[in-house]
Amino acid sequence: MNIHEYQAKEIFRRHGIPTPQGIPVLDKDGVGAKAAEAAKKLIDETGNQVVVVKAQIHAGGRGKAGGVKVVKGPDAAKAAAEELMGKTLVTPQTGAEGKLVQRLYVEQGLDIAREIYLAVTIDREKKKPVIMCSSEGGVEIEEVAEKHPEKIFKVWVDPAVGLMPYQVRQLAFGLGLEGKEQMKGFSKLLTNLSKLFIAEDCSIAEINPLVVTKDDQVVALDAKINFDSNGAFRHKEWAELEDASETAATEREAGEAGLSFIQLDGNIGCLVNGAGLAMSTMDTIQHFGGQPANFLDVGGGATQEAVTKAFTIILQSKEVQGIFVNIFGGIMKCDIIANGVVEATKKLGLEVPLVVRLAGTNVEKGKEILANSGLDITPADTMAEGAKKIVELAAARAAKA
Amino acid sequence: MSILVDKNTKLIVQGITGSAGTFHAGQCQDYGTQLVAGVTPGRGGQTWQNPSGKGSAPVYDTVREAKEKTDCNASVIFVPPPFAADAILEAIDAEIELVVVITEGIPVVDMLKVRRVLDSQSVTRVIGPNCPGVITPDECKIGIMPGHIHQKGNVGVVSKSGTLTYEAVGQLTALGLGQTTAVGIGGDPINGTGFIEMLEMFQADDATEGVILIGEIGGAAEEEAAAWIKDNFTKPVAGFIAGRTAPPGKRMGHAGAIVSGGKGTAAAKIEALEDAGVKVAPTPSDMGTTMKSLLGG
Repeated sequence: MNIHEYQAKEIFRRHGIPTPQGIPVLDKDGVGAKAAEAAKKLIDETGNQVVVVKAQIHAGGRGKAGGVKVVKGPDAAKAAAEELMGKTLVTPQTGAEGKLVQRLYVEQGLDIAREIYLAVTIDREKKKPVIMCSSEGGVEIEEVAEKHPEKIFKVWVDPAVGLMPYQVRQLAFGLGLEGKEQMKGFSKLLTNLSKLFIAEDCSIAEINPLVVTKDDQVVALDAKINFDSNGAFRHKEWAELEDASETAATEREAGEAGLSFIQLDGNIGCLVNGAGLAMSTMDTIQHFGGQPANFLDVGGGATQEAVTKAFTIILQSKEVQGIFVNIFGGIMKCDIIANGVVEATKKLGLEVPLVVRLAGTNVEKGKEILANSGLDITPADTMAEGAKKIVELAAARAAKA
Repeated sequence: MSILVDKNTKLIVQGITGSAGTFHAGQCQDYGTQLVAGVTPGRGGQTWQNPSGKGSAPVYDTVREAKEKTDCNASVIFVPPPFAADAILEAIDAEIELVVVITEGIPVVDMLKVRRVLDSQSVTRVIGPNCPGVITPDECKIGIMPGHIHQKGNVGVVSKSGTLTYEAVGQLTALGLGQTTAVGIGGDPINGTGFIEMLEMFQADDATEGVILIGEIGGAAEEEAAAWIKDNFTKPVAGFIAGRTAPPGKRMGHAGAIVSGGKGTAAAKIEALEDAGVKVAPTPSDMGTTMKSLLGG
């Protein structure tokens, strides 16, 4: 689960990580006046005329896309805010459709001496949190990793021991930090960030850039937190941090029904049990020349209602020219799925071709239910056969239309 | 022969009185697994009844007590996510040799701690979390897989994905090859046992003549397995990687299944496996026939 920069910075401050002072502007009405007021307040408090108006979207690369405006004085902040709010930003992380800016963050300007990249994430191979930093701050870290791996410094945190001072020193000397003040600030920030990562159940905590100011302060100029959604049961506060507008309506609806759903660009809807099977069903459709319209995992214990819901969600896409149901019943019984498919087909008056492949527990019963339903359902014995059939049927339907 | 479990395995079920625990404990017992006890704190002294009516088992408050009374050597965990890490650590503390964690949705931070404890001892092996479990056909089923699709045979199966494991097993059974042991290791970012450890066991098992290895996008476990196979594994391996068409940055169901920053792509994994001499099936429906062709059938 992603949150906005201004929310991440609130969490940073709670854990003793220095950030610039800032004020969020969360609604469109009077956005210019509110931004000007925020700017004035920051200028009065800091004595610095420079403020930064930042678009709050769940995607990186905002700066290059024009989503961050460095301006002088409240009037300029007003103009910048009015320009940004309601704008659609296209960055390398948003996809071609971009993201609509609906929230802004007005922040104090800083006199920056240098920029650093800093992040904590899980190293799956070492099975520990890894802290990564690089003196190439403010740029795409993937690019640095590829071209200059020697410029990335890493330490791994033992979960039972925590971050040790020698590890902080390794990173600080690697980055070439200078003087007591910088060392002290960096050490405190890093220690707090590594604790925050565990306490807040993060999967990523990233600061890009972390800056050293001209007066040797180490400050998180940006903040990105991605939570491990498995930790939600012990973080009731996450519900309030969630920005529903950042998640596609269908994906949200699916999530509420216990379905794992991701919209894709193709025209063949998929309904599958199990994440691995769902992914490889998509792959198999493409193998036979088709394009999947979605990823959909109904999970291990889906009910008849969940199946109907899944059909409803798949059919919300106008692009869908056919649906492929691929079930390998384990805990899930094929007859229950078959009943769900029949119910959903009747209820929704399905117009697109439907191919159903059932295997596993109670497969014979399931096939019988489909055959006796009187509905136009094409059966398939294997995943490959089913994928091939639906690709052909969908292409034939698209050609007719 | 087989790996991990056989007819002598004595199983306890942690979380046996929950709905998933009681149902699947029943299924395992009906399959023929020696189910010797269940553990649910606060329910010690009760007797668990198999929903099928074909058996029962004593319930204990703690894993230690269950081990003392029954001499069990394996545990399967159906405890809900908030309490699952504690349940795993309790099993490790009681020195249960094999702990299979079915629970889905355990926070990564909790698994980091479990992993730290696991790495500091050598008695317990953990399989999972978020996996279907382990089965040696006709001898012992520990997990949630449908028993009836399995058949005793000569192919080992190891997979990150549950339903794709069933897919491979079903094909092997239909082709008459069958399985020595089939293991789902789970698709979470931090798990108990990886591909390489499983391959080491299959290498040492005389009955296993070939292995089907099923991976998915995300992480680098498949690449590491490929490198290990190249240097060490002498039996034929058929492979499959799920997620060739998954768009970057989108998490495909499993917490670990994500392509990010150009890493963990299916293409890179397939290339690494093929470079190690693994024959990668073009579609999941071809896993069984790919294995068969490698075994000269």
